[in-house]
Formats: sequence, C-alpha cells, structure tokens
Amino acid sequence: MFLRRLLSRIATTLVTLLGVAVIVFAVIRIVPGDPVAMMLPPGATEADIARLQAFYGLDKSIPEQFFIWLGGVVQGDFGTSITTRQPVLGLVLSRLPATLELSVMALVIAVALGGTMALIGTRQRYTRTEGAIDVANGMALSVPDFLWGLVLILLFGVLWPVFTISGRVSPNLVPEFTTSFFLFESVVRLRFDLWLDLVQHMLMPALALAIPLAAIIGQLLKQSLKETMHLDYVTLARTKGYSENHVILREALRNAVLPTLTLIGVQFTFLIGGTVIIERLFSYEGLGNMAIDAVINRDLPLIQGIVLLFALLFTLVNLVVDLLYAVLNPRLRHA
Amino acid sequence: MTFSRRSLLKMTAASVTLGVAVPSFAQAIDELVIAYNVNLPSWDPTVGPSAVNPTIQGLYQSVFDQFILQQPDLTPAPGLLTDWGWNEDRTQVWMDVREGVKWHDGSDFTAEDVAWSLARAADPATGNPIQFVWGTLANHRVEGNRVIADVQQFDPTIFKWMYFLTGYVLPKAYYERVGAEGFEAAPIGTGPYMVEQYERNAFVRLRANPDYWNGVPEFETVTIRFVTDAASRVAEVESGRSHVTLEIPYEEYDRLRDRSGLAGVAEPVSDIAMIFFNDIDVMEDENVRRAAVHAVDKQLIIDRLLSGYGVALSTLETPEYAAYDPSIEVPYDPDLARELLAASGYSTDNPVRFTIQTTRGFKPKDYEMIQAIVGMWRRVGIEAEIEVYEVARHFELRAADQLAPAAFYNWGNSVGDPTTSTGFAMFGPSPHSVWDSPDLIEKIATLWAEPDEETRIQGWKDVSRYIAEHAYVLPLLQYVQPILHSSGVNVVPHASGALLPHLMTRA
Repeated sequence: MFLRRLLSRIATTLVTLLGVAVIVFAVIRIVPGDPVAMMLPPGATEADIARLQAFYGLDKSIPEQFFIWLGGVVQGDFGTSITTRQPVLGLVLSRLPATLELSVMALVIAVALGGTMALIGTRQRYTRTEGAIDVANGMALSVPDFLWGLVLILLFGVLWPVFTISGRVSPNLVPEFTTSFFLFESVVRLRFDLWLDLVQHMLMPALALAIPLAAIIGQLLKQSLKETMHLDYVTLARTKGYSENHVILREALRNAVLPTLTLIGVQFTFLIGGTVIIERLFSYEGLGNMAIDAVINRDLPLIQGIVLLFALLFTLVNLVVDLLYAVLNPRLRHA
Repeated sequence: MTFSRRSLLKMTAASVTLGVAVPSFAQAIDELVIAYNVNLPSWDPTVGPSAVNPTIQGLYQSVFDQFILQQPDLTPAPGLLTDWGWNEDRTQVWMDVREGVKWHDGSDFTAEDVAWSLARAADPATGNPIQFVWGTLANHRVEGNRVIADVQQFDPTIFKWMYFLTGYVLPKAYYERVGAEGFEAAPIGTGPYMVEQYERNAFVRLRANPDYWNGVPEFETVTIRFVTDAASRVAEVESGRSHVTLEIPYEEYDRLRDRSGLAGVAEPVSDIAMIFFNDIDVMEDENVRRAAVHAVDKQLIIDRLLSGYGVALSTLETPEYAAYDPSIEVPYDPDLARELLAASGYSTDNPVRFTIQTTRGFKPKDYEMIQAIVGMWRRVGIEAEIEVYEVARHFELRAADQLAPAAFYNWGNSVGDPTTSTGFAMFGPSPHSVWDSPDLIEKIATLWAEPDEETRIQGWKDVSRYIAEHAYVLPLLQYVQPILHSSGVNVVPHASGALLPHLMTRA
C-alpha cells in the first residue's frame, strides 16, 4: 500500500516536472527580452544579430529548441549558461547547498522561535503574556522578510555591527572542502573557526526568512495546543496530578503538532522561494542570487535549470512531508 | 536609543564571544575592500553579455590591459601599444608593441599576443558581440615588434575601440594551453592586479602585479565583494566593512560623505539620460517635437530629483566627448513650446497625446524623471501616457523599431567618440537608432568613413546642431557617479564610470 502510494507520488512528480519544464521554456521565450538584443552594442547590423542568435542556438524554432534541450536534460546536460559559459547543471548544483543550508537554518530558527512562542502562549493562556505574544506574532507576520532583512542590517550590521552583512564566508577563510555544504562539513572536520564565520554570515538572512514563518508556526501551534488542552485525555492527565508543563509537553504537544507539521512542509517550500530576494539583499552566494542575475541577463538556459531544480525541490519537500505525516499520524499509518 | 550599563556589557560580551571586531574608520587600511555593484559572471572580457556591460569593465581592467590605455579623462595614452596608426592610403593599420611586459604567470608578453587577440576578436566563431568592428581588420601579422593588419573596411574609430568594449589583450600561449574552461578557472592578464581567488556571486581577491609596467599598485591586496543591493552597499561602507562603494542613492551619498571617517567623490561619467523620439504618429510634426524639448526644465529635474548631481545636455555629446559643441543650446522655454503647439492646433484644452515608455528603477530616478517631464509637458499642452517596461523589452522594441513615439533610455559612450553616441543612436539604418528620417541618414552617412579627423569631428558637430534644431531626440542630462569611500583612501574617478583599484592610494 505504502509502496504503491510512493510510486504514484514519484510518477506525479515526474509529470509535474515535465509540465514545469514546458511552461518555463515557453514562457521565458515569449516574455519580452531577447538575450542577444541585450548583448549587442550600438552599431550592430541585422547580420550581427543573426550571427549571435545562431551562436547561442536561438535561431531555431521554440519546439525545436525545447526538444534539443529536453534531450540534453535526459542525459544530464542542462545546457551552457550564456553569461558564465559554464555548464548549467554544475553551476546550479554548486549553489544549491548554500541555499539549502540557509533554508534549513531559517527553518530551525522558525521552529524554535515559533514553538517557544506557542508553548509560552499556551502555558500563559488568557493572560497578558499571551496577548503580548499575539501582538508580536502579528508584527512578525505583517512585515515581509526582505524588510526584516533591512531592519536586521541596520541593527546588527550598522548600529551594532556584530554580524556580517554580505557573503557566505569571509574571503580569507574560503575552505577547500569536498562538498559545498560548508556548515555541515566544517562541523565534521572540526573547523569551528569556519563554522562560526559561516554562522555569522548566515544568521541575519536566516533570521529574516525565519521571522514571518515563526509567527505562522507560533499562531497555529498555539491554537492547536489550546484546542487539545480541552480534550478528555488531557483532562485525565491533569487529574492524575501531572504538572501543567508535563501536560503540555508530554500529552498535548504530540497531537497538536500534526497540523503544524503539514504547515511547516508547505511553508518550507515558500521559504526556499523567499531566499531569492533575501540572498540578493545579503549578497549570499546561493541559488536565489544566481537566479536574479540569470533573469536580468536573460540567461535562458540558466533560468530553465534553476526553475527546474526549484520545482524538483518543492515536489520533493512535499513528498517528504506527506510521507512523514503518514508515519506520524496513526490513522493514516494503519489505513 | 539609550543603553544601560548592563545592556552595554552584554553587547560587549556578545561581540567578544562572536569574535567580531567593531570596525574603526581610523585604522590604517591594509587590505582594500570594495563593495561592487554587479556580479562578475565570466572572466573572458571578449565574449558574452559581461563583455559589453560597462559596469564590469572596471573589474576586467584591473586584471587585463586593453590594447590602448584610457586615462581617467577618457583620452587615450600609450599602453600595451606604444604607438599606432594607418599607412598613407589607409589600407593597413600598424601597432608598435611595448617591450618588457610580463603576463601574470611570468611569461613574456609579445606582439604575437596582440595579433592573436585581434584575430580572435574578429573571428565570428568566438561569439564576440563586437566582432563586426574587429572584423574590419584582417590578415594580422607580426613584423618584429610591430603588428600589421589589412583594412577590410575603413573605420576611423578602430583605435578608439582598442580602449573600449572587448578591446583587451589576452595571452595567446596560455589560452591555447588551458582552453576556455581553464582560462575561466585561472585567468591571467598583464594588468595591475592578479586574480588570487574568485568565488562566483561572492567576491574576487586580487593581488598586486609586482611587474606591472605602469607602476605597482599601492594596495597589495584588494577584495572586491559583489554586493548588488544598494542598501547593503551603503551598510557595508557605513559599518566600515568595505572601504569603497559606488552607485548608491544620491540621498545616502549626501548623508554619509561628510560623516567622520568617510568621504565621497561625485564626478560626471560618460552615461547620459535621453528620450528617443520615434518618427511615427504625432512625432512626425516638428512643432510637437520642438515643443516637447523646450518644455522640459532639465536643471530643475537635476536639482529636485537628483540632488543636483547631473549635467544638463542639449545634444547627445557630453563636455568630455570629442564632438561636444557648447554653442549648441536648446533652452527651457515653455512659452515657445506653447506657441509651437498652437501652430499645430494644440493647446492645454486640446492637448497632443502620445505614449512615453520608461524603465522604473533601472537608472536613478528614471520613472520619477519621466513623471516630472510629463507634468511639465501637461502645462504646455502635451498629454503623455507613461508605459513602464523592462530594459530588456526596450532593447527588443528598439531593435525592431517598435518603440512608442517617446522612450526614455540611458546611453553610455566611454570612448567619447561621436560615432558611438550621436552616430549609432541617430543613424537610421542602425538597429539601435529610432529616428529614421532620410535627411538625417544622408547627413550622417558621409561621416562614417571620413579620414580627416578634424573634418570628421566638425561634421558630427554639424549633425548635432541639425538634430537639435529639428528636435529629433530629447537629450536630458549626463549622470554623475557617486563614490563613497573611507577617508583613508584616495579615489580617482574615471569618466568611463569604471572603478579602478589600481588608481586608489592611501590618504
């Protein structure tokens, strides 16, 4: 049963990716902005335009270009970037770890902050503390992540400069690691100087991404917990003499966390999408930053590669969340 | 903001714990850090979009030398070529090559490198976007220390291109040995700095070239961080993490330049704002065009929107350009604009209507400038509807000659030659021209191959006057580039807009 569901999801994922590939390929060729027109300086003739279009393979029809590209993708060749003249797959994969590390750190911060707020709010329900938490949540939600980024830069980059404003790692510390998962590998290799430097660079962008998500998690989890606190089994636990903290953490939380888990899965994909603007703001060398450059320069092969990878990430995250939910939810587990 | 003793102690402890040194402007600068406004996608300065991106040229010129050196005032000077010219009947060019220059790997720079670089640039197979210029020379050959090439098609500006886009000398032997991929991974040039470390989308670390033929740069190490967001660049310099930055909002520049430990330099660069007129619809009426030009108070726009940073223009030639003629003036005269419109039957009650296209946020205050201009036009009897588009769309429409009757654009011309400003912008057959009337085509056509420099420049001045009289275009202003820097650095601005670390010294 489980295997059938898994295979079905994988098949759906492949169809989704094909759909994304077709749409992206068509859309970026239909929307205004010809990479060759942008590249040619004044004085170029029609013949010069034609020459460069042929050089970049843009002289063929869109369906023809698509099938050439798709044929390459199936064999692992995503084309060559117009701006960097490097293979797209290598470029994208070299930047993916930076974005994943940033997203995961933001998620951890969001869960920690949101979870703490929810637990305190539930523990202190119907008091001024809960009111204060609701106000803080409202503020966190009403400000978009890039504005949080600017506020953080002003506070911790300029007024009290404890964190680094731009980049992923200090130029004098760039490691020669096996992978591009610098944060993870620096721990494995016991390079704690590097780990600290990476954290100093990542904290502000991660926090900017995390704050709105933390507010959402906090609100939903608190609501869920408060509803659970009225259920019979929780009342039974109280009558057994367990402390309020025990009741919340050990009895109510396990059931209340399920809707939050689904939400985290969905929001994580949005969080990865949010890295595009945040990486730009903090000059963080991830996939999002590269995506903006690709769009500005109309680097069609690179845009296609990045979007396809983002789509793959989104579908994978959703798949993992669904499977996790099935594992954690006894009703689904035994269905 | 107030701090208690406890909070200050906590902050200090946190700073120490995190190992962060609070920057000090007063510290002597050991390693120069520049917050640059664009990323560097590729190290080949002759291929792809970065080769024609004016902002990136400063990075290229730090590592590679151009055939001919361009000085900060845009004038040429001996560089890798010490002398150059045409033969008497202009069928050949000759170039004398500097001796004693070394590539960054220690090998000798030779005339072969120059000949190979020119031939490579002229080869369509390399994808050089300026190939149509380099292709006017052929059969490049070396005779001793001199490079000679045959002129396929006479271009009086060919030597100016040698200090313009894609005019770089690359190492023949090294490139042939490592290939395009190897060159991307480890580029070498003869320029003032050598690439020590490069992280795409992050930074490049440069080390001074100890053998540089034009003097070793003062800063031994320079780190150029790619900080594409203007607010982050301001924060970089304000916090002391970077020593120099550029292209920041004028308001931020004014706020910070007099702050203790900081300084600024803001000089005009070879980049102008203009409004193309397309020879369609109401723009075919000269009264309408002239009214549109006379109704715009350029100085007011500069003062109010650009904090005074800009130079009002009457032609597409700036004061630094070879064909600048200060006697050509198109004054702000709203009364004359009303009279001209009245002669064509238009007034504020019966305004002439057309669309003006503009970018928004591509250049400083571009959309706001157009809003102000539309307001000025409305007062004399012109009702223009603003259409916002991306700059990529502008290029596409311009190449297809499908722009609206009026379209805002900025035009760069860092060699200062009239062909690369007025010429390409106004010569009908060029895909980048918008105004295509036969009278103007006829006037310009004879100038492309004019061999006598004095006659050529005077010819372009006459064309500029003719264009101004008939209002075929609306030149607005020359941009000023704000560079904010630590007071510990002396920055020499370059009129091309290139930010060059080798021109920086300790204050």
